[in-house]
Amino acid sequence: MDERTNQNNPKKWYQQSGAEGDVVISTRVRLARNLSGTPFPAGLTAERKREVAEKVRGALKASGNAGDYDYLEMGNMTARDALSMVERHLVSPEFAQCEEGSALLLKKDESVSIMINEEDHIRLQVMRPGLDLDEAYREADELDTALDQTLHFAFDDRLGYLTQCPTNLGTGMRASIMLHLPALEERGAIQQLAGTVSKLGLTIRGLYGEGSKPEGAIYQLSNQVTLGISERSAIENLKGIANQIIREERAGRELLRRNPRFEDTVWRSLGLLRTARLLSHDEFMALISNLRVGVAMGIIPDVGMDVLSGLISDAQPATIMAAARRDMEPGERDAERAKMVRERLAG
Amino acid sequence: MLCQNCGKRPATTFLKKTINGQTTEAHLCAECAAKQGVGSMFGGFDLGSFWGSLFAEPDVRTAADTVRCEGCGHSFREIAESGKAGCPECYTTFYDRLLPSIQRIHGKTRHTGKAPSNGGEEVKKENEIERLRRELADCIAQQQYEKCAQLRDRIQELEKESGDKAE
Repeated sequence: MDERTNQNNPKKWYQQSGAEGDVVISTRVRLARNLSGTPFPAGLTAERKREVAEKVRGALKASGNAGDYDYLEMGNMTARDALSMVERHLVSPEFAQCEEGSALLLKKDESVSIMINEEDHIRLQVMRPGLDLDEAYREADELDTALDQTLHFAFDDRLGYLTQCPTNLGTGMRASIMLHLPALEERGAIQQLAGTVSKLGLTIRGLYGEGSKPEGAIYQLSNQVTLGISERSAIENLKGIANQIIREERAGRELLRRNPRFEDTVWRSLGLLRTARLLSHDEFMALISNLRVGVAMGIIPDVGMDVLSGLISDAQPATIMAAARRDMEPGERDAERAKMVRERLAG
Repeated sequence: MLCQNCGKRPATTFLKKTINGQTTEAHLCAECAAKQGVGSMFGGFDLGSFWGSLFAEPDVRTAADTVRCEGCGHSFREIAESGKAGCPECYTTFYDRLLPSIQRIHGKTRHTGKAPSNGGEEVKKENEIERLRRELADCIAQQQYEKCAQLRDRIQELEKESGDKAE
């Protein structure tokens, strides 16, 4: 994990800012695939899971792309490192709990990950900073086509790509956009938004914390329906809705700007982040959210959006410990987090 | 418990809605739940506990459960209870019995989109027809009538091939 824990150089996708970066943090496209004639991972022994992993690894080698990837066996990974990967959105929370026989092919720049033996044999995902659905899908599609040259994917003319859970049947594609929506949240508009997008085959949920008010006002918008709608249409659909949400959020922020208390909150948040000696995760997320919207609106001039993206990833609990290569008590972590934040936001 | 909406079928789904702070709760049968749009509200539910009820048609638990998937040995009841298929072949073995749930989840029952190199000939043909239709629309817009005629003939040919196969 030496390379991966050195998270500052060069910058990873989650430490950058991209298109529509004031509202959109990042984009992800995930494809679920299974090998024909093989039970889904839940019904496989560790031994047979390893055979699947070897097949997938072999297919990547045959495609000539293996040199760009690291191969990591989940059985050999510490819980700390696995959870840090969840925090950086490289793997799913379910996959972090997988052990013997599950493996990860992770592109060296961490922009592509292939989870082997999660719920399906293959979950490949491509991540990009900002709003970049077309490019993320293009790369996922290309990688899928390359693996398809060697592997025989389970497919049915009527039901499309076959997956363990029927919610993924069809394209097996889940495209997601991570959004920062403090103004819509402030207005109490998220519930209503969730109802509206669900009618359009999409879903929106809080990303950090499963409670009613997610920490840091960070939400994930994804397509929900995968059967009977092509990849292209699903992506166009998602893009259309995302653009409407972006417009609404921006309009909401302009309303916030009229309230002098808002500008005060933004500056106070920066003050706390620059001076605090202990920062709990919840406090950090609330403050960085305030700061992020302030930077996006030009209220705070001298802080880069990429610095904030980097902090949101790197200051998560397991990622702090992974970087230090040891477990820590929450209090110690809070001190470590505050130190990291002070250093990176030093004026 | 019977469905609180129709009062006829057993309730298999618990639906809780919060709209503008007003929370309503209802125990519904699968059919009434689908009408309420539960299939498209997946994100908000705990999938593990919710799945069983989606698959559980009233007759599932009482019907004879003798057929087993040749690929993995799963019975339909096992799939219904876990909400998860055992292997790709389960979808062929239990196609007819899974279809109502699949329709409830996605609103549709037929794939469109990418197909792998080793299969999906029908899907690929449909994709090709779609592509030609888009091309045809462009040609019409640009008034390239000769090309339009060629495209139309090709589309009809492909549609006939698909139709023949379906019969």
